[in-house]
Amino acid sequence: MTTPTLDRKKDAPVVRTGDRLFRGSTLTAGILILVTLAAVAIFLVAESIPAFTEDPAKIKGSPSSFWAYVGPLVFGTIWVAFIALLIAVPLSIGVALFITHYAPRRLAQTLGYVVDLLAAVPSVVYGLWGISVLAPAVQPIYSWLTDNFGWLPFFAAPVSGTGRTVLTVGIVLAVMVLPIITALSREIFLQTPKLHEEAALALGATRWEMIRIAVLPFGRPGIVSASMLGLGRALGETMAVAMILSPGAFITWALTQSQNTNTIAANIALNFPESHGLDVSVLIATGLILFVITFGVNFIARAIVDRRKAFSGAN
Amino acid sequence: MKLSKLGRIAAVAAVATIALTSCASNEGGTAPDSSSSASSLSGELVGIGASSQGSAQEAWIAGFQKANPEVTVNYDPQGSGAGRESFISGASAFAGSDSALSDDELAGTFAGCATDSKAIDIPVYISPIAVIFNVEGVDELNLDSATLAKIFKGDITTWNDPAIVALNPDAKLPAGNITAVHRSDDSGTTKNFADYLNKTAPDVWTEKPADPFPYNTGEGAQGTTGVVDAVKNGSGTIGYADASRAGDLGVAKIKVGEEFVGYTADAAAAVVAESPAVEGRADNDIAIALDRKTTDPTHYPLVLVSYAIACDSYEDADQSALVKAYLGYITSEEGQKVAADSAGSAPLSSDLTEKVTSAIDSIK
Repeated sequence: MTTPTLDRKKDAPVVRTGDRLFRGSTLTAGILILVTLAAVAIFLVAESIPAFTEDPAKIKGSPSSFWAYVGPLVFGTIWVAFIALLIAVPLSIGVALFITHYAPRRLAQTLGYVVDLLAAVPSVVYGLWGISVLAPAVQPIYSWLTDNFGWLPFFAAPVSGTGRTVLTVGIVLAVMVLPIITALSREIFLQTPKLHEEAALALGATRWEMIRIAVLPFGRPGIVSASMLGLGRALGETMAVAMILSPGAFITWALTQSQNTNTIAANIALNFPESHGLDVSVLIATGLILFVITFGVNFIARAIVDRRKAFSGAN
Repeated sequence: MKLSKLGRIAAVAAVATIALTSCASNEGGTAPDSSSSASSLSGELVGIGASSQGSAQEAWIAGFQKANPEVTVNYDPQGSGAGRESFISGASAFAGSDSALSDDELAGTFAGCATDSKAIDIPVYISPIAVIFNVEGVDELNLDSATLAKIFKGDITTWNDPAIVALNPDAKLPAGNITAVHRSDDSGTTKNFADYLNKTAPDVWTEKPADPFPYNTGEGAQGTTGVVDAVKNGSGTIGYADASRAGDLGVAKIKVGEEFVGYTADAAAAVVAESPAVEGRADNDIAIALDRKTTDPTHYPLVLVSYAIACDSYEDADQSALVKAYLGYITSEEGQKVAADSAGSAPLSSDLTEKVTSAIDSIK
């Protein structure tokens, strides 16, 4: 609690034990993260080598090559995550704007807590909910969509009899990533300079116009990085997908059919328990691919955020 | 302030410790009963293998350890392939497997067994597979294997297809689509289901039986529970699952000979008991060539048989004694009843039990 005296400017700065300890512990934390990441990467690469070198005919289901096996899974992973974001991002921005700019203070606080609570629900519970509540509930809607919009490749017949389709998974994942994107967007919208908002209002803008010209442009890089965080969650989600999705081993755009492209993470969860030998290597190799994809996603997100650094409160 | 915080943490830790230790202490403290005083066995027995036996093994282990408190048995349900592999490499004392050892595997050596001794297959777990369905207004359904194969292959897509109507003249079959639910994870249940269809309707079901579901049709669900849930929650659904899990769902009768047969434990045990043994095996190796094409209506050929694979003669006498005692327990009337209660399996028939017992007795 004692403050150092200020009359030794020209000398080296004072270094106390506390400083040294603190510096050391932060350094350790930083290095530890890198070591963990490296350990995961090394494990994935080392364990997956046989998948690339061995004869692909020995892989379960004997695909023509490892890439033929992993291709549909990569597509499925990105496709499901894309659907989830398509639903979650507009919804999250809406919720965040409501909390920060529309709702009365007390309601805003409660709503904030409720949204954060969504993040605390385990994914197994979401999976159970998806199977036993959501899927049967949306199945009639899927039937209707297939009957009336069957000419669109997304709703091509035949419709799934149980509703356990990629669209259902997308909805569940959207609910799961919603709290992440909402919480971050909320913080970012709150950081909009009050002067900008007041200036917009003074110029005669309505509240919606003020949000459009002052809040959203300021928050854009933040929204992007929030969405990317959500995307990371959606790409890696395993349990809920494995439980809900009815998988097939090919690429399809259809949203409401029984046969859906599986995701990498769910495929590993489904097949790992009964796999041995080369099949384990193949599954770990698909894990490596997922690792690379998520790494790429984060890289792109950082690049976007960095480009708009000057305006962003996120850094 | 700081102190009270620390105090709180300490209190939480103390409560957690008490709660956790009380949890862990339920295994060892079983009251000694009459049989435990007679048991002189001790040591650790490791088995790795099929997940189909998983819940039965849990019950067996509980029962066996109660009678032999000095013995620890571990069964790791990693899958049949992994089980056989680790048994061959000597990492486990016995393996659980949904298929008997192949001739290639038998030609090799077994690291855990005495030199020049081979491994033997002993059937320990028989589980009928039920064809379950959920179709509005239909309580009973008769199917022959060709129709069943076409439904799961996606060749028959509606419930009022002439092939189904011909087998069920009295049923009010709706016009809706069929959703055929299969396992999305690899499973011995799928392999046995496919084996039945492949043997009895080879021109329809052309794919070789294997753990993954072979066709890109129908709907996949995770695990037996997943299949049952999907069938239950969907409409116009049909699936296959361990018979014990069928619950209130409709169960189709399959055509055997000229009659339609529903599953019963007796019919499942009967087909296993009366199927021929695999040729060219040692006398004490009870690998069964399941007679899927049986025409005897007291048989239910859609059944999964899971084996325990053990050494003919063990390097280590202690392990040998443990394996004999454990396998003896699980194939005994009591052990089979325990499995039937906990996992819904079909107990071994009495003449098969006799063969199994003499095979286990021959283990050295």
